[in-house]
Amino acid sequence: MTVVRISDDALALACGADAVAAAFAAAGCTVERVSSWGMHWLEPLVEIDGIGWGPVTPADVPQILPGTGRGTAAAGSGGGGAPQGASPDGSPQADSPLHHPADGPPPRTGEDLCIGTIADHPFIARQQRLTFARAGRTRPLSLDDYAATGGWVGLDRARSMAPADVVAEVTASGLRGRGGAGFPAGIKWRTVAEAAGARKYVVCNADEGDSGTFADRMLMEGDPFQLIEGMAIAAHAVGAGQGYIYVRSEYPHAIAKLHAAIDLAAARLAPFRLEVRVGAGAYVCGEETALLNSIEGKRGEVRAKPPLPALEGLFGCPTVVNNVLTLAAVPHILTPGGASLYDSLGIARSKGTMPIQLAGNIRHGGLFETAFGVTLGELVNDIGGGTASGRPVKAVQVGGPLGAYTHPGQFSLPFGYEEFAAADALIGHGGVVVFDDTVDMGGMARFAMAFCAAESCGKCTPCRIGSTRGVETIDRIRAGGRAADAVEALPQMHNARKDRRSREENLALLEDLCETMKGASLCALGGFTPYPVLSALQHWPEDFG
Amino acid sequence: MARGAADRMSAAQRLADLIAEHSEREGPLLPLLHAIQHHFGCIDREAEAEVAKALNLSRAEVHGVVSFYHDFTESPDPRPCIELCRAEACQARGVEALVAAAESAADSRVRLKTVYCLGLCSVGPNARLGDALYARLDRDALVALVEAAR
Repeated sequence: MTVVRISDDALALACGADAVAAAFAAAGCTVERVSSWGMHWLEPLVEIDGIGWGPVTPADVPQILPGTGRGTAAAGSGGGGAPQGASPDGSPQADSPLHHPADGPPPRTGEDLCIGTIADHPFIARQQRLTFARAGRTRPLSLDDYAATGGWVGLDRARSMAPADVVAEVTASGLRGRGGAGFPAGIKWRTVAEAAGARKYVVCNADEGDSGTFADRMLMEGDPFQLIEGMAIAAHAVGAGQGYIYVRSEYPHAIAKLHAAIDLAAARLAPFRLEVRVGAGAYVCGEETALLNSIEGKRGEVRAKPPLPALEGLFGCPTVVNNVLTLAAVPHILTPGGASLYDSLGIARSKGTMPIQLAGNIRHGGLFETAFGVTLGELVNDIGGGTASGRPVKAVQVGGPLGAYTHPGQFSLPFGYEEFAAADALIGHGGVVVFDDTVDMGGMARFAMAFCAAESCGKCTPCRIGSTRGVETIDRIRAGGRAADAVEALPQMHNARKDRRSREENLALLEDLCETMKGASLCALGGFTPYPVLSALQHWPEDFG
Repeated sequence: MARGAADRMSAAQRLADLIAEHSEREGPLLPLLHAIQHHFGCIDREAEAEVAKALNLSRAEVHGVVSFYHDFTESPDPRPCIELCRAEACQARGVEALVAAAESAADSRVRLKTVYCLGLCSVGPNARLGDALYARLDRDALVALVEAAR
């Protein structure tokens, strides 16, 4: 019986994977639902004996199944007959991926959709997958698949070691926080391990709110046991008995997978206990102290630091707060030789691999995990294939809504924490959002301020009020200034300005406001919103009226 | 009238059950509010007061939490709700050009809610209806989704 493997990742479902799976089942195939390979322009991607077809609709099923259509040639002759290392442009959808698959030219053959052996596809073959080693290869909730692919090796080894030695290995691996701040994970763990406290916690930050990022979601939906194992290792290292995974409510599929995975792995985790907590639609709860307040049942307001969460975190107890990708990298690091392998990858102080997310107007969007050091231009042009619309790339936002807009002139930037910081940019959570030349960068700068105003927790003034003043100032710049209003024009308003502010004066105001927000905000929301604003202003001043 | 009183009784009982189910957890407020929002479609003044009493909080504290989070509402909205992502990645893929058509299709029958990111940023524009997700939307597909929303 033909075994057909189709992802049940939320993105595949959104692209119609369930209907495709049902069509294969109706045709008498055994359908296995696996994690996503991360080649999103090909979803729903269908895999039979290692050969892939995508994007598939139910109507394509007869063409793909051997003996029923013209797809036989490609599938029947095994790896040899299929276009090995097929061009990533192989899909007929590639030229218009912005259109729904149903709009495509109907009479396509299985060959049109066939991409050859999936593992040999250039998009996959070019990657170095450690955190996403199982992507596309295992069933997310199968303990057998997990154990057969090296699962639990790291946890078993960690538990046979002294906690301090586990911390030392994580420190030696060079692993840094993947949530954006890039703080060394080992040093954070050591602080918690050495802190006095009867109760300690491990908290996983899965509040992946940045636009252009989906690696946390893919990991939770595709390989939940790896995250759970990483948390159990962290708990052993720091002496924590309880863990929480704080997931945003926009990820119902990830929440369901985590609940199921925790139930399945509970015996393996014991005595460590793990619970999922669901956010409630507040972007700012991705900030670690706001997240802790939210778990405690408070408004998701940011706390002033110090005290560090490592010393006084959840319910006032020492707490490790790490991103999904940080914790999911740990099981691999704890395998024999894992730490030194991790440390050998990457550049300068950015060690190991980064799951980079190619998103927005990009031809080959998806998950690309590779060692630090790949350049932005390689990511966007070589790997991503340029824009989906076929128009020239105008801007690339790296690092979510708080990341700078980079210009194609900066495409030689190597992907790394310090390298991006030196260019007044940030890698954040590794999201890369591509825009073509139709984008209005003044509008994007305004959106950054408006987003900050909508999502500010309200605790500090530069963020709460500065963001709204920022929107107004950008509007004024784009409208060519503003004359004095009726009240300002009154003779008794001695200090009010009577003449129209020039564009330069308004720009100076905006830059001054941005400096204040950068330096005086309590957290990264207000502190980093100036990055997209100022970078847009620097590279595309012509878009500001 | 008797029917209304009975409904109120059962609603009060259901609320008490939900409170009992969650109040012993560590950090019970958010899971409890999610359960109330899910069951009743909102968290009204009476529910806030009951929760406050059960968790030894002031109603102001509970109201502060309810009003902080976008997922909690103080009054019910029985309309079907389509969440349309309008964050940067979906903007880059042209969502803004679809908004006017979606709004006119939604009219007042469907609630069209802007969200920032559904995590499907490589296949936008994206929308969500309940737990169902929709990707690669163009104008016709989005309008059809809005019109079919129940």
